[in-house]
Amino acid sequence: MKGFAYLRNVATLELDRDACVGCGICARVCPHRVFALEGKRSIIQELDACMECGACALNCPVGEIDVESGVGCASGMINEWLREIGIVRRGKGGCC
Amino acid sequence: MSYLVPPGLYAVGDPGPADPVLVTANYRMSYDIVRQSLAGRNVWLLVLETCGINVWCAAGKGTFGTDELVGRIAATRLGDVVSRREIFLPILGAAGVAAHEVRTRSGFTVRYATLRAADIPAFLDNGMTATPAMGELTFTVMERLVLIPVELVAAARVSAPVVLVLLLGGWRGAGEFSLFRLLEPVLAYLGSVLAGCVVTPLLLPWLPTRSFAVKGGVAGLAWAAVWFWLAGGEWWNASTTAASFLLLPAVAAFLALNFTGSTPFTSRSGVKKEMRLALPVMVTALLVGSILLVMGRFS
Repeated sequence: MKGFAYLRNVATLELDRDACVGCGICARVCPHRVFALEGKRSIIQELDACMECGACALNCPVGEIDVESGVGCASGMINEWLREIGIVRRGKGGCC
Repeated sequence: MSYLVPPGLYAVGDPGPADPVLVTANYRMSYDIVRQSLAGRNVWLLVLETCGINVWCAAGKGTFGTDELVGRIAATRLGDVVSRREIFLPILGAAGVAAHEVRTRSGFTVRYATLRAADIPAFLDNGMTATPAMGELTFTVMERLVLIPVELVAAARVSAPVVLVLLLGGWRGAGEFSLFRLLEPVLAYLGSVLAGCVVTPLLLPWLPTRSFAVKGGVAGLAWAAVWFWLAGGEWWNASTTAASFLLLPAVAAFLALNFTGSTPFTSRSGVKKEMRLALPVMVTALLVGSILLVMGRFS
């Protein structure tokens, strides 16, 4: 993504190149150009651009992409945590 | 006002069996924007039940998902309506839909079209192929600007009790009464809210480091310096000055950290790491700053 990148080396994205069938769907669904096709196989060209949305892993027909997907939202995570320790009950979650 | 559109198959214009099928969510705004972008064309629009949530958020939750899509194709008897076994999905829906699974379960091939509805006409005119730009997210000044009101409303909710406490404190600690002394803490606080909710989003690419907390902290520090220059000086004692330089950056940093959820590029792992590092620092700054503030005011 032009002009923006988040923290280095934290994304949990992993790709097993040996099992890749080269269909290119990962590159097609990624909105941040994390993947590129090199020869007939996919490579992770920009790990730090990954926002862990999980689209690539879900669409990989051979299931060889792994990522702990979720939403990078601090208030969402704080609310989740507050609910876990029982301070806030489930209720109107403001955003998505 | 209802933000829901009944799910199902809609006709835009006068489509026939050979015309393309596009898929969207049943959030009224998504539906309206897609329909407007298709004005003057003959297209089928398959609307999924996402409970009034936009495509991206619904895909993240899984409601804009494989099961719903396969079920909706069956429920609308799409196979009887169109001749081609092909449907076009928004790229941001891919986080909820497994294309290969849809194919085996429904016989329809999923093709991911564009990120933005505005690019659909060009996509259709381009022989159903997307240019690289149609598949890449952006976060322009305008795209950041429209988010600021949302950030401010969210901050206002938390801020009401804070302002009340600061007003009471300002009154109690005012000594010789003056309106400015009364409002001083509130104004300082509101400035740091603006630093976190307005300045940080706008200057996001230019503020230092990749961490949102640091970006917000820097904006807050700048505000503390401006406020010191405007209101401080001899007026403040050392305790008040130290408190301002701790509290104002901490508030701005916290609000900036919250902005992660509004951006299209932060990852869950990244936010987790940032929270683990930044929250303890913020809480410490808040506690120490508050004690210093009270000491400075009442000593």
